Amino acid sequence: MEKPKVLSARFDLPDSHRLEVYRRTGGYRALEKALREMTPEDVIEEVKKSALRGRGGAGFSTGLKWSFVPKDSGKPTYVICNADESEPGTCKDRLIMEKDPHAMIEGILIAAYAIGAHLAFIYIRGEYWYLKEIVEGAVEEARAGGYVGANILGSGFDCDIIVHPGAGAYICGEETALMESLEGKRAYPRIKPPFPAVVGLYGCPTIINNVETLASVPPIILNGGDWFRRLGTEKSGGTRLFAVSGHVERPGVYELPMGYPMKAMIYEDCGGIRQGRCLKAVIPGGSSAPILTAEEAEACTLDFESLAALRSMLGSGAIIIMDETTDLVKVVYRIARFYAHESCGWCVPCREGTRWMVKILERLLSGRGRTRDLDLLYDLARNIFGTTHCPLGDAAAWAVYPAIEKFRADFEKYVTQPTVALTTVPAG
Amino acid sequence: MTLVPVEAEKKIDEIIARYPVRRSALLPVLWVVQRHVGYLPDEALAWVADKLGLTFMDVATTVSFYTMFTRRPLGRYHIQVCTNVSCLLGGCEEIEAHLKKKLGIGFGETTPDGRFTLSEVECIGACSWAPAMQINFDFHHHLTPEKVDRILDALP
Ligand SMILES: Cc1cc2nc3c(=O)[nH]c(=O)nc-3n(C[C@H](O)[C@H](O)[C@H](O)COP(=O)(O)O)c2cc1C
Ligand code: SF4
Ligand code: FES
Repeated sequence: MEKPKVLSARFDLPDSHRLEVYRRTGGYRALEKALREMTPEDVIEEVKKSALRGRGGAGFSTGLKWSFVPKDSGKPTYVICNADESEPGTCKDRLIMEKDPHAMIEGILIAAYAIGAHLAFIYIRGEYWYLKEIVEGAVEEARAGGYVGANILGSGFDCDIIVHPGAGAYICGEETALMESLEGKRAYPRIKPPFPAVVGLYGCPTIINNVETLASVPPIILNGGDWFRRLGTEKSGGTRLFAVSGHVERPGVYELPMGYPMKAMIYEDCGGIRQGRCLKAVIPGGSSAPILTAEEAEACTLDFESLAALRSMLGSGAIIIMDETTDLVKVVYRIARFYAHESCGWCVPCREGTRWMVKILERLLSGRGRTRDLDLLYDLARNIFGTTHCPLGDAAAWAVYPAIEKFRADFEKYVTQPTVALTTVPAG
Repeated sequence: MTLVPVEAEKKIDEIIARYPVRRSALLPVLWVVQRHVGYLPDEALAWVADKLGLTFMDVATTVSFYTMFTRRPLGRYHIQVCTNVSCLLGGCEEIEAHLKKKLGIGFGETTPDGRFTLSEVECIGACSWAPAMQINFDFHHHLTPEKVDRILDALP
């Protein structure tokens, strides 16, 4: 299968983050084309045609999302680039911002033109301070080059960009929580609907997209939506940056077309399972995605449809690989502890439920578990699912109950063979 | 007020001027103050509240939501070890044990000489290069106990 480089084409060039290199390799030509030859509606149509789906997690159609912005609200509209990248397993937006920040900036400007926004924000997680500096440098270069600010490229279109630092808290990646945070508040998610495209930042229509989603826009405008769609599958267009971590010989970030076989990715691109061991399980879309057995993983393809059919998801494109030596109870426990720590505390099933899951898993791990704890844990996770205010609760449930369904023996081992218990269980 | 030097205040004013709504500048302003003072004592929150036209409580309750804002002083080097799933698979337990032994402190503690604070953190976006940590804002990847020694020993 061909592996065209769309997002990572510039990653290996020296000084790839500089405007000069970006321009030399076709940069800002898409913006120029959009401003000079296309109406905002044309841009949205092209993005719809491309079958570009959000790279942040939910995989929603980008063009469709943009088309939801009302034209006659009489309010300002905003674009937000979600650079909070904090889904465990995910480390790909980091590479775009480090190596090719202008691609993201150009995507933001095209999105702003499409929805008539004159101000855009890049919300970068606080831990990525060095990237904030790179991105700020790139915005200033773009401003000096006439691509950001007033009357961009003499077109009469104005758009400014503010780079905004987060300060820790996973929930800030959730789009409405991010908007609260950007408004200078505690990041409690908002009730949806209304959706941000209608009522977003400062109560105004707002488009929020992931870094990688926006960086995919310039090539779509330049080469056409059909070209992009054909790189991937009918319903999941284009290529994607997959962050592979865990037990493969060569973990790393790989650009692969949508629809690429997971098996080829693991055994060819990533060099197979480390030390010639066997594959046990894969978490395919960041820690929030339901776990896959080795058989499921080896048979699936990397696109939204294939993973949805397995009742999992491609999520943020983070692929976490686990070999036969992996203790899944420990893995599930660690992920459960993450959600308990990151629950914003707003709603009861998530706030209390995530803590209870951690407690039961601690009991199992310490050898004090009872057989009925497995069902208790399972029922608890099922009861969190679908009852919470935002999708973090669902993610916490998804990290737990599919693992019990598919790898029950791992959990039972802790009840039937108390000797496997850990001597120390890290404090939650 | 000496808490925030004149140049920092100038920068803060510039930041505030960029935003269409004043309160939006709260996080970036807190960052500037924290980077100058080292942490966010009550006086710092009061200063920020005054600057943005908010109440002290408004600022304090917002600050408490965000794990990277600290209300107490930290060591000169803040070592933040990721123990999330990819780093767990990559062997972070060995790194954690090594750091605790080497520094003689646990998570959330500071060495008596004030040089190091050790913290456990959630995923820092270095999963493909696990196990990973940050010292202040610098990333360190592919850690081994020997590599940790080299990194710490080379710190000024
Ligand atoms: C708990 C939670 C955390 C999230 N974290 C992120 C994140 O770090 N980065 C991101 O781009 N999207 C994240 N999302 C998804 C966003 O809410 C939103 O769907 C996304 O930014 C939309 O952009 P896209 O359509 O381009 O994917 C998160 C969602 C949830 C529920
Ligand atoms: S589901 Fe969890 S994170 Fe989301 S609003 Fe409820 S408590 Fe907060
Ligand atoms: S899990 Fe450690 S950096 Fe992501």
